[in-house]
Order: sequence, then C-alpha cells, then structure tokens
Amino acid sequence: MLSVVALFAALMVITSKNPVYSVLWLIVTFFAISGHYILLNAQFLAIVNIIVYAGAIMVLFLFVIMLINLNKESEPSRNRWVKMAGAVAGGCLLLVIVAALKNTEFNDKSAEVVSGDIGLIKNLGKELFTTFVVPFEISSILFLSAMVGAVLMGKKD
Amino acid sequence: MPINYYIFLSIALFCIGIVGVLTRRNAIIIFMCIELMLNAVNLMFVAFSKMHHLAAGSGASTVGTDGQLFVFFIMVVAAAEVSVGLAIIVMMYRNIHSVDVNFLNRLKH
Repeated sequence: MLSVVALFAALMVITSKNPVYSVLWLIVTFFAISGHYILLNAQFLAIVNIIVYAGAIMVLFLFVIMLINLNKESEPSRNRWVKMAGAVAGGCLLLVIVAALKNTEFNDKSAEVVSGDIGLIKNLGKELFTTFVVPFEISSILFLSAMVGAVLMGKKD
Repeated sequence: MPINYYIFLSIALFCIGIVGVLTRRNAIIIFMCIELMLNAVNLMFVAFSKMHHLAAGSGASTVGTDGQLFVFFIMVVAAAEVSVGLAIIVMMYRNIHSVDVNFLNRLKH
C-alpha cells in the first residue's frame, strides 16, 4: 500500500505540468518513504526524513518556485520524441536492473520489520559520536561552507 | 518482509527519477528528481541495514548501524546541495529570466 502510494506520487511528480503540484506530490512521496522507515523500525531516520526533507527542503523549493513566479507559458513542453526517448531509456534501465537482480542470492534474505533496536536514537547516537565522529564534524564544516556559498551567490552583484 | 520488495521499490523510484531528469526541462523539477533518486538509495540503505542486522543474529547489536548513519550523512549532503543549488537557480533566473535547461548550453553569453 505504501509502495503503491510512493510510486504513484513519484510518477505524478514527473508528469504534472505545474511545478507547485510536483513539489506537493514529492512531499507525498517522502511521507510514504518515511512510512517505510517506520515499518522498518528506523524511527530516527523517519523523523529526520520528515523534518529535513518534507519540512525544510520542500519549503525551500516552494519558496523558490513562488519567488521566481513560474507560470504556464514560461515552460514550453519538450519535443515529443525526446520525451519518448527518455521514457524508453528509463524503462530499459528498470528492466535491465530488475532482470539482473531477479535471481540473485538475495531471494532468501529478508529485512527485519517492526523489531530490532538499531534504528533508535540511543544506538545511532552512540555509534555516531564514537565511530563516526570525524565525518560528523566534517559534515558540519560542509554545512558552514554551503551556507556561506548560498549567501554569497544569493547576494545581489 | 523479503528484501526483494525493497530492492525493486527502490529501483522503480530511482528509474522514475531518471526518467524525470531526462524528460523535463525545468531546472527545479530536475533538481526534485535528483532528490527522489537520493531517497530511493536511502530506502535501499535502510532495508539492507535491517537485513544485515537480522542476519547477524541477536548477539551483535550494533551490526547495521553504519548503514543508517550513511543515510543520515546522505541527508546532510543533500540539504547542503539543495541550498547551494537553489541559490544557483535563483541567480540563473536573475540573469537569463528562465529556468529552462536548454538555454544553459553555454557558460558565457
């Protein structure tokens, strides 16, 4: 059910004409993916996904779309053959990967659902601040540089 | 839940993102499709982490934690990328008054 919602919303993202509708459908997709995280008992990632993606990033997208005022006639539709070629290429990629992975040894493995406690904040935080503390600090520097870059580029020049 | 379902769902979401990148010409929608592909990969990471946790048994309790932390770092990088990318798009709109990627075939104009 959640997978059907995710796939349908993802298809609507790339087919809807209005970019605002695309953003709203993308939010639906992110909520469906967060539902999958909750079913996999990765609660920290589910909450972070909702806060960061559906909250912050999508608000940023909507803000930019409203800011630059995209109306209908400003986006002429691409050539029909290019569209068809893109769809065919994506479909071929899907077909090839699915066919390659259909009979692998993953067939008898299964993911642990609604149990297991590695997705809880306690275990993730313990691991994050012992083993992964250096990448964590580097990511903070990355954030700082991204912030400086965004401000510098957004400045009127 | 067999791992196959998660693999195929992630592949389908990833391919939808690729089709979106190939067929749309609005730069913002292309950007959103890239976010969609990142999320498909994140879902796959979490599913594999839970699979390894189940395969390692109950004794090793921290097996699979690193997969979920990688998802966390991917989200961090995606947030930074979105902030810089949207700044680039706004600047591009200010210069050429369009977000159509077909007008961007040259660096200088």
